Amino acid sequence: MTLHLQTEEKQPLSREEILHPHRTLENSKVRTEDFDAWYGNNQVLKKLNIEVREHSVTAIIGPSGCGKSTLIRCLNRMHELVSRARTSGRVMLDGSDIYAKGVDPVTIRRRVGMVFQKPNPFPTMSVYDNVAAGLRLNGERNHSVLDRAVQQSLELAFLWDEVKGDLDKSGASLSGGQQQRLCIARALAVEPEVILMDEPCSALDPIATAKIEELIASIKGNYTVVIVTHNMQQAARVSDFTAFLYLGQLIEYGETTSLFENPVEELTERYLTGKFG
Amino acid sequence: MLEGLKHPSSDVFFKYGSLVFAASVIGVIALSMVVLVRGAFPALTSFGFRFLTGVDWDAAVGFGALPYILGTLVTASIAIIIGVPISLGIAIFLAEMAPDAIKVAVSNIIELLAAVPSIIYGLWGLYVLRVWVANYVQSPLQNSFGFLPIFSGTSYGLNFLTAGLILAIMIIPTVASISREVMVSVPISQREAAYSVGATRWEVVRMSVLSYSRSGIFGAAVLGLGRAVGETMAVTMVIGGATGASALPTSLFKPGQTMATILVNQLSEAESGSLQLAALLGIGLVLFAIAFSINIVAQLLVWRVLKVQAGAVE
Repeated sequence: MTLHLQTEEKQPLSREEILHPHRTLENSKVRTEDFDAWYGNNQVLKKLNIEVREHSVTAIIGPSGCGKSTLIRCLNRMHELVSRARTSGRVMLDGSDIYAKGVDPVTIRRRVGMVFQKPNPFPTMSVYDNVAAGLRLNGERNHSVLDRAVQQSLELAFLWDEVKGDLDKSGASLSGGQQQRLCIARALAVEPEVILMDEPCSALDPIATAKIEELIASIKGNYTVVIVTHNMQQAARVSDFTAFLYLGQLIEYGETTSLFENPVEELTERYLTGKFG
Repeated sequence: MLEGLKHPSSDVFFKYGSLVFAASVIGVIALSMVVLVRGAFPALTSFGFRFLTGVDWDAAVGFGALPYILGTLVTASIAIIIGVPISLGIAIFLAEMAPDAIKVAVSNIIELLAAVPSIIYGLWGLYVLRVWVANYVQSPLQNSFGFLPIFSGTSYGLNFLTAGLILAIMIIPTVASISREVMVSVPISQREAAYSVGATRWEVVRMSVLSYSRSGIFGAAVLGLGRAVGETMAVTMVIGGATGASALPTSLFKPGQTMATILVNQLSEAESGSLQLAALLGIGLVLFAIAFSINIVAQLLVWRVLKVQAGAVE
């Protein structure tokens, strides 16, 4: 193992602490409580308890089909948009249940933004309009406010210098990596508290990937980031905490360095060393 | 390497046989063009450009196609203005809102509407819609705004408006089902993009679905226009059948004529070799050209959208 990011020895977490981390972590931003999710009769998440700490990057890893994408799609209520999808249990955002009766998913999605696997800018909109889309939905019409927000978001997404002369060009005219950063800028523009990223680099080349990883590191001071990735090195590089999911269950969860160096569960170790997955 | 392979003769026969059938379509179009041009030739040479701008319809004075060209434009415009928004509503409902069971049922009913023979629409128009238009649209409008030329006219209900309304109903199946198809073809990722920045259901339809599929929807509307321009039987039954200057569409409530209807109304009585017959064929030529170009434009637009869906944002 070449990962020596952590020097001091740490006591491995007990199984109880792993499965109920909200009893051990403070400043939680998002917390699931006995959360289940289904597609039709297929249960994808099983009694999941996981906690995301504020202003940190949490990576969710696991083999294909383990439910990691479903998990983050449940954190901003995107899961229910698929037909025959349903959930049970609670997801606490700042201590209140986003699945409670009467909660409008639209307001949740304005607080919890999302970036998808494949870049999906609005192809009929300009770069500027793509970034401003969310703000305009909120009713923002003031040009100077929009201008400032668009520039700030593009700067945060490390895209401003590349597109500042082409703000009127179509969002679809950018390269794949630029499109993904445009989508990140679009998500950042509405100033969400949490940003969910569903394998944001899986369609990108290594250089574009490195830019996005750098971007994630630079925004985590102000945002809480949850990133799903099938790339373990990426999880190790960008995240503070890592959760390992297998067959819809949380197998292990902890600080990234300790999970990668001293996995408690045999299953985690076998996955990390490439024995399956 | 492959050139050496010998094809069985049935393959060769199949290849050239199907080629002949495919080519025959183009042949039929070219032939009808030739027949129309040849038949219309006397009228085109004696009136020249005045054929398109003239309003007379009299062997003694001359023949002009303007009232019927305008009549076609007016009825088709009414059809588009009323039919397209309704079709879009249906398409949005079917593509975005309806539960699965209703989706299938309503889609099938809409497609069935396209199979109703146009003479049936005509009969319904003559006995039902005409009376409604006369009693509930024409009378109140004329009572209040009768001084406006656009609302003047007789009260039979056989007029441009009734014809336009019948056409609006007739284009709905085409426009709605093609619009639904292009809306369904919008990638899920586009909808998710809108949802993820906090769009409501209507905002998702507006931001991602409608704007992504807009040229396809436009194509669907143009295909509807093509149908409205060419539709004959139902319109003939409700448009009233005026000729000459009185057929100019100066009022919604005047009887008139479209290019298609004057052909139906007069073709049987025009003597062979007469200038009237040549003029009618000339109108047919104009109609053919307009309908043909409308359909080409529409097909190009719809194809573009359905092709783009595979990898628009790549």
